[in-house]
Amino acid sequence: MSPEAAAALRKPRRRHLAQRLAQGLLRAMDQAQASESLAAGDGWLQGLDPRSKLIGALALIVSVVLTHSLAVVVGLFALALLLAWRSQLLAAGVCQRLWLSVLLFSGTIALPALVLVPGRALWQLPLPGWAVSEQGLRSAALLIARAETSSTLALLLIVSTPWTHVLKAMRCLGAPLVLVAILGMTHRYLFVLAQTAAQLFEARRSRIVAPMNGAQQRALATSAAGVVLSKAFWLSNEVHLAMISRGYRGEVRLLDDFHAHARDWLALLGALSVPLLILWGER
Amino acid sequence: MHIPDGYLSPATCAAAYAITAPFWYVAFKRVERLLHTRMVPLLAVFSAFSFVIMMFNLPLPGGTTGHAVGVAVAAIVLGPSASMVAISIALLIQAVFFGDGGITTYAANCFNMAVVGSLVAYWSYVLIAGQAALESPRRVVAAAIAGYLALNVAALLTAIEFGVQPLLFHDVAGTPLYAPYPLSIAIPAMMIGHLSIAGVAELAISGGLIAYLQRSNPELLACSMPSAAAARAKVANSTRRFWYGLAGLMLASPLGLLAAGTAWGEWGVDDFSSAEARHEMLQASGGIAPPEVVPSGLERLASVWSAPIPDYAPAFLHDLYVGYVVSAVMGAGLIVLLLLLISTLVGRKQSPEC
Repeated sequence: MSPEAAAALRKPRRRHLAQRLAQGLLRAMDQAQASESLAAGDGWLQGLDPRSKLIGALALIVSVVLTHSLAVVVGLFALALLLAWRSQLLAAGVCQRLWLSVLLFSGTIALPALVLVPGRALWQLPLPGWAVSEQGLRSAALLIARAETSSTLALLLIVSTPWTHVLKAMRCLGAPLVLVAILGMTHRYLFVLAQTAAQLFEARRSRIVAPMNGAQQRALATSAAGVVLSKAFWLSNEVHLAMISRGYRGEVRLLDDFHAHARDWLALLGALSVPLLILWGER
Repeated sequence: MHIPDGYLSPATCAAAYAITAPFWYVAFKRVERLLHTRMVPLLAVFSAFSFVIMMFNLPLPGGTTGHAVGVAVAAIVLGPSASMVAISIALLIQAVFFGDGGITTYAANCFNMAVVGSLVAYWSYVLIAGQAALESPRRVVAAAIAGYLALNVAALLTAIEFGVQPLLFHDVAGTPLYAPYPLSIAIPAMMIGHLSIAGVAELAISGGLIAYLQRSNPELLACSMPSAAAARAKVANSTRRFWYGLAGLMLASPLGLLAAGTAWGEWGVDDFSSAEARHEMLQASGGIAPPEVVPSGLERLASVWSAPIPDYAPAFLHDLYVGYVVSAVMGAGLIVLLLLLISTLVGRKQSPEC
């Protein structure tokens, strides 16, 4: 075996751009479909009225941003964990994936704050001799805890409520009708376009016989985006004609058929009391 | 660039909602009037497209990758109003459904990317592309620059929003309660990545998509190419507004006198020997004392050029405020003359080809 061939064998094979893009799109679609199936499950949150859940989630997220206390943020995170556990969402692994990605993102941003935020030095880092400040540590912890807690609360809403119900709840709470209709259609056609793009990349990958350089890969991604754009316009025309043929004249109607029960009101009351308590406690 | 929850204070988030809401309202009404029954399907499908395009990771020179927002393409193909609405909807789905960007920070994200991004992209594209034909390579360059500018302006706004947090929101011990870095760190940290990676991705996808549309579907580009008469009227209107704005700025230039002390880093040789100026330097530099003697490089280079009107105070005028206004008029006039000279020279050079 020649040294070049041996080196090629030792070198881990990088996936092709078309393959990476196709897999990324398919993974996102799979995750979205998994959320829909979780929303149909039999948990505590799944049984709540979507309007209570939407207002409650917003109230809790606002509470996370309002409070200046790390202990309160950690308490709200514990509440989110409890809700996830009672709604059988922890076992599904969706929360764990989110926590890891938020930790990686916010952690990378927050880490330098340990030494860059001036304040009382807690300890000295051995090699560069930088001092970790108490203020920096607290600031980084607040940032990460807030990001983790608020994203978990948003996730709980989405994985416990079908998207159509979230939209109906938005409408019940006064969101403009046209906005709700656009959001509903966007969600539907997002999967159509993502699937089109994934199929396009898969078809391209099956016809590639040699590695592509950077410029060729960029050309591939750009032309794929162009095809998706052209298809998006064609699709919007088709959908528009179909809507007109069914009698659409610019008026959107939705069926609002939610019924709140006692426990929905209790959950809502509990969620709304959190930001009020924070405002009262941190006066 | 998608700001998550917890990075901005509630006051900043509320201000962002208050600032963005009128843009949403006007854009929505304008789109509704223009598109009527076409609005719902067109915006829905284009929002879905914007969302999908954000998932395309482009390989960039240097071995890294970056993804585009697609704001320039949206602004060029749909116009700025529809682009604002479409990108806002894509951002809402990203925030709520995929957890990319926060819910409390949604308006700030929309202001940066959807509102300012669309306006910067559209107007820079229209200005650079001018009256070039739909198939002209100039339009590809214009779209690429528009994408690059739009993304970087949006990134700069994001950095400013981050950077003001520790100045305004901290506890008694000095702990930043939201984004922890001041402007001096937030702006370079944000801009280095966007100027070198994300902006290049936006540049590549914007230019590449417009080149693709020129070949396959050029009529989609007609939206951002107004008729010659309308373009002339628009240019005349915007030029008039520019002159009014410039005049207003000139008259407002004495406001600079209200600022206490000197600008950071703009100290002269004399300031090192003045106790008052040294105290200002100390305060402005976070407690770091200036050197006892004038730095040798500064001393050597300070005498290389003597400004004809030092400190914006012409010698023939004794009133400080009038001196400021006269300096502003002279400075702006010199720049306009220089630009006229350059445009005349370039115009002469290009005329034989026309």
